[in-house]
Amino acid sequence: MATISRYATQRLAKGSIYVAAFLTLAVMVWILYQVLREGLPLLHLNFFLESPREMGRAGGIFPTIIGTLVLTAVAVIIATPLGVGTAVFLREYTRESRVSRIIRFGTDCLAGVPSIIFGLFGFVFFVIYLGMGWSILSGGLTMAIMILPTIICTAEEAIKAIPHSYREVSFALGSTRWQTVTKVVLPNAIPGILTGVLLGVGRSVGETAAVILTAGSSFLLPTSLFSPVRTMAIHFYILAREGISMEMAYATGAALILMILTINAAANWLLHRYVRKMEGKTANA
Amino acid sequence: MPEKGKIILQQFNFSYGDSCALKEINLKIRRNQIFAVLGPARSGKTTLLKCLNRLTDLIFGTTHTGQIFIDGQDIYGPVVYRPDLRRRVGMVFDLPIPLPLSIFENVAFGPRVRENTPKSQLKEIVEKALRAAVLWDEVKDRLFTSALRLSGGQQQRLCIARVLALEPEVILLDEPCSGLDPISTASIEGSLTRLKEKYTIILVPHNIQQASRVADRVGFFLEGKLVEEGTAFDIFTRPQDKRTEDYISGKFG
Repeated sequence: MATISRYATQRLAKGSIYVAAFLTLAVMVWILYQVLREGLPLLHLNFFLESPREMGRAGGIFPTIIGTLVLTAVAVIIATPLGVGTAVFLREYTRESRVSRIIRFGTDCLAGVPSIIFGLFGFVFFVIYLGMGWSILSGGLTMAIMILPTIICTAEEAIKAIPHSYREVSFALGSTRWQTVTKVVLPNAIPGILTGVLLGVGRSVGETAAVILTAGSSFLLPTSLFSPVRTMAIHFYILAREGISMEMAYATGAALILMILTINAAANWLLHRYVRKMEGKTANA
Repeated sequence: MPEKGKIILQQFNFSYGDSCALKEINLKIRRNQIFAVLGPARSGKTTLLKCLNRLTDLIFGTTHTGQIFIDGQDIYGPVVYRPDLRRRVGMVFDLPIPLPLSIFENVAFGPRVRENTPKSQLKEIVEKALRAAVLWDEVKDRLFTSALRLSGGQQQRLCIARVLALEPEVILLDEPCSGLDPISTASIEGSLTRLKEKYTIILVPHNIQQASRVADRVGFFLEGKLVEEGTAFDIFTRPQDKRTEDYISGKFG
């Protein structure tokens, strides 16, 4: 049997791992480059501030930006307390038991459901059965259910990572369980929880299948939570799919990427400030 | 009127699931004294301490029989509210565990979670606690910086201050000097001797020498049983039980 020296194996392994990492990076850079090269030259201030004209062949994307932001906000505002609450329940209020296993099984299943199924459910349940129609609310609720598993899972990991000794100290100083959760567990878990929320934001911002079935595709400026909206991702999809305008599609795509980058950067900045403040590293917190 | 801070254990047994950690403990601990809990590893010292403030309740599947009275109140009785009990019976752990907060917020944590602590009093309470733990002069200019940046000895004195801010009756210390250098140890021992004037102190000492330096009374535990209890002088000079003598003279442990 031919043997390969362990040095050769080492070199081979190292090489493969580097290739894997750089291939991943390359694909990402290439996609970004493609979209930004086509889209960036079309991004002017007016593109962000005007409504679409001629079905999106001209004009801007202002209503779709508002629609994306509001729909995502609705989804996150509903899913975050539910998800964090579930994670706190699973980690702080029950031991491993039949109930907790059922909840975990449920969230795992929810995470694996294709988005079009969520769309169909949202359409049947929110749009028709509850009579909300195609609206920000229907879309936001559907997206909330869709991002819930991610938020539960990341929040649970974040809570799990907090040393048991912190809880012991908190209890030993006379806290109730709820005070331990709100004063020790959650403040320290916030960075991890935020990661999950950001994944949820990214998913809501980029989702098409589930949103088009529940929020509609009107590009009029929404006036209430019951207005139908078109999010940027759907605008992009319709422009490209219907062959309306590839240029405008790329411009919307570029704007979408910039928006996600901005949200992530803003969240990281806020998080950084929060951590500094909580640990009291600034002179007068 | 029961004596404040007096602790009585009657026929107390405690086990984690099937493994018995404390067996038939009968013990009286007087106030304003330092009681040292001596014994080799796994003899039930930490369990004893955690039973006194019911921190063992955090672990699932524990059982106990017998009673513990503090100030005449059965702490396993039906009317006991655990957060109140833990405020009366403060605990310092073997490793300094500052919460990731500022120095001020660490000390203010106990008073804050307690209802009806006026904000205006917090500053006063914190200063008093830090002074009593001999830490005030070192930190008074940086109260709002992270407690994680203190040295190990300072962190442990912070943990003591944090307990003092609860204004407890009893203070439990579980090897509070195990990770500390001799100078920090001496300064903590010094503050313990001062603190006993106000509190009942139960100390799991870091070693036998520490017990002989600070303890008024000593209980020797072995495999969950209280072998012998008496004044520090008696235990260290004329132990009644052969096992105590062997442990003290270093034949095992």
